[in-house]
Amino acid sequence: MEVYVLLGFVLILSIYLGLELISKVPSTLHTPLMSGANAISGIALVGALVLSTNSQLQEILALLAITFASINVFGGYLVTNRMLKMFKKK
Amino acid sequence: MSFFSDISAIQNIVYIFSSILFISGIKMLGKEDTAVRGNFLSASAMFIAVAVTIINVVNPIIVLIGVSIGAVIGSLIALRVKMTSIPEMVALFNGFGGLATFFIAWSEFNAIPDNVFQFIVIMLTTYIGGVTFSGSIIAYGKLSEKLKVKKDSFVTKIFTTFFYASILFLVYSIGFTEIIELPINFYTVLLILTLLGGIGFVIPIGGGDMPVVISLLNSFSGIAAAFAGLLLLNNVLIVAGSLVGASGLILTIIMAKAMNRSIGNILFVGYASSSSSSGSQETGEVKPINVADAYLILENASSVLVIPGYGMAVAQAQHVVRELGELLEENGTEVKYGIHPVAGRMPGHMNVLLAEANVPYDVLVEPDDVNPSMDTVDVAIVIGANDVVNPSATEEPGSPIYGMPIIEVHNARTVFVLKRSMSAGFAGVQNPLFFKQNTRMLFGDAKESIGGLVSEFKE
Repeated sequence: MEVYVLLGFVLILSIYLGLELISKVPSTLHTPLMSGANAISGIALVGALVLSTNSQLQEILALLAITFASINVFGGYLVTNRMLKMFKKK
Repeated sequence: MSFFSDISAIQNIVYIFSSILFISGIKMLGKEDTAVRGNFLSASAMFIAVAVTIINVVNPIIVLIGVSIGAVIGSLIALRVKMTSIPEMVALFNGFGGLATFFIAWSEFNAIPDNVFQFIVIMLTTYIGGVTFSGSIIAYGKLSEKLKVKKDSFVTKIFTTFFYASILFLVYSIGFTEIIELPINFYTVLLILTLLGGIGFVIPIGGGDMPVVISLLNSFSGIAAAFAGLLLLNNVLIVAGSLVGASGLILTIIMAKAMNRSIGNILFVGYASSSSSSGSQETGEVKPINVADAYLILENASSVLVIPGYGMAVAQAQHVVRELGELLEENGTEVKYGIHPVAGRMPGHMNVLLAEANVPYDVLVEPDDVNPSMDTVDVAIVIGANDVVNPSATEEPGSPIYGMPIIEVHNARTVFVLKRSMSAGFAGVQNPLFFKQNTRMLFGDAKESIGGLVSEFKE
């Protein structure tokens, strides 16, 4: 149980840190920030990689989780990068 | 025993390092000058975290197949998509992230949770991941205009019912499965209801409110990943997921503030029920103008403010708009673009479109910067925007949009409104701007009208 309390603590601190870090974002960056953050949520890939594959159902679920998380990661970062490259200063 | 012989200790240390990179990355992503590097930093963090996890995976074949398919599909979509389809692309990728956590939770349920806390987290992760997925798919459908469902239609009502049922069933799944037993497997029911509920969550929400929903779904996908981290006792999932959850939440709040509505009102009420009291009566008459006359006024203007809206995106007019801007500048006119936070269908939609057309971002200004000096603007050109320039928001306490911060173009010397017809905007409110003394309506397709102005300038 202790480990959950500790991880819960990490969760709260990280959310607070996130809110502080990004509180003032210029509207030019709203879309790239969203798309970049979206790519980060592909971190679920790390979770998908450590899933156990003891039954056939679990094998399929792991494969699907890895595939979709990978789409999110690769697609998310590439699209964000493409978008940011378009923003130019005068 | 050596410390480094324990591979999971090494992994955890690398995860901490990766978390630090994620934190710096997302911080840099919030500033114009550092955004590209920030994205690269966060990509490196992802690479490191994934690489160190792969070292000791149980089933390398599944990993290889999954990552390869994902890499190919993801890269193809990202590199091929047109910049104008960015809103729906973000929604789609967001949904896939949610789907991955949905599968993670499902798999963990079959690994048989070993305590109550884990069981509860599985239920919550399943739910948030599933709603993020099906909700994002609906958002994708609405943004790409493949899906058109009316708010008061029968289909909408059915799915909205599913949404509320899914919440009740989630509560049941968390706490009451042992008290009231079902004849069928309750988890299967939860899986199905969750997906249907996600559809019901987004389906009643109208296009103009999409910026809020997209931001919120973005936040959900992060929270789902963080919960999956709790489930798998993995700190990098928790940190990275929480950062996404927080950034999505901030965007949601910015969007809601820009509409002067509460998040609850946007999600569950909408404009339809609040706008029963009809707005102002039409006062004065509409004064149309043609391209040739508009050109004469523009030619003599010394400062011009362009206010784009969703109509510019629909007409794909951003390139001709940029061309007109350049011609005006050559003519000695100062050109700025007034961008309202909720113009378009996603946060920053107009900024992306204009960037695609090579408009530099430092001539894009926010309402607060431009409103105080509006009386010095000679011509304000409103292109396919409506509610965000509706003076009712400041002048009419009875109006449904009263209190919403707007770009106060009615204070400019002359206003051109480019519009197809006299129809009301998303909020369904008549716009008194069209009847003002200083307003001229330039009816027709925005792309053609601006194109006409461009050729007048070239002659």
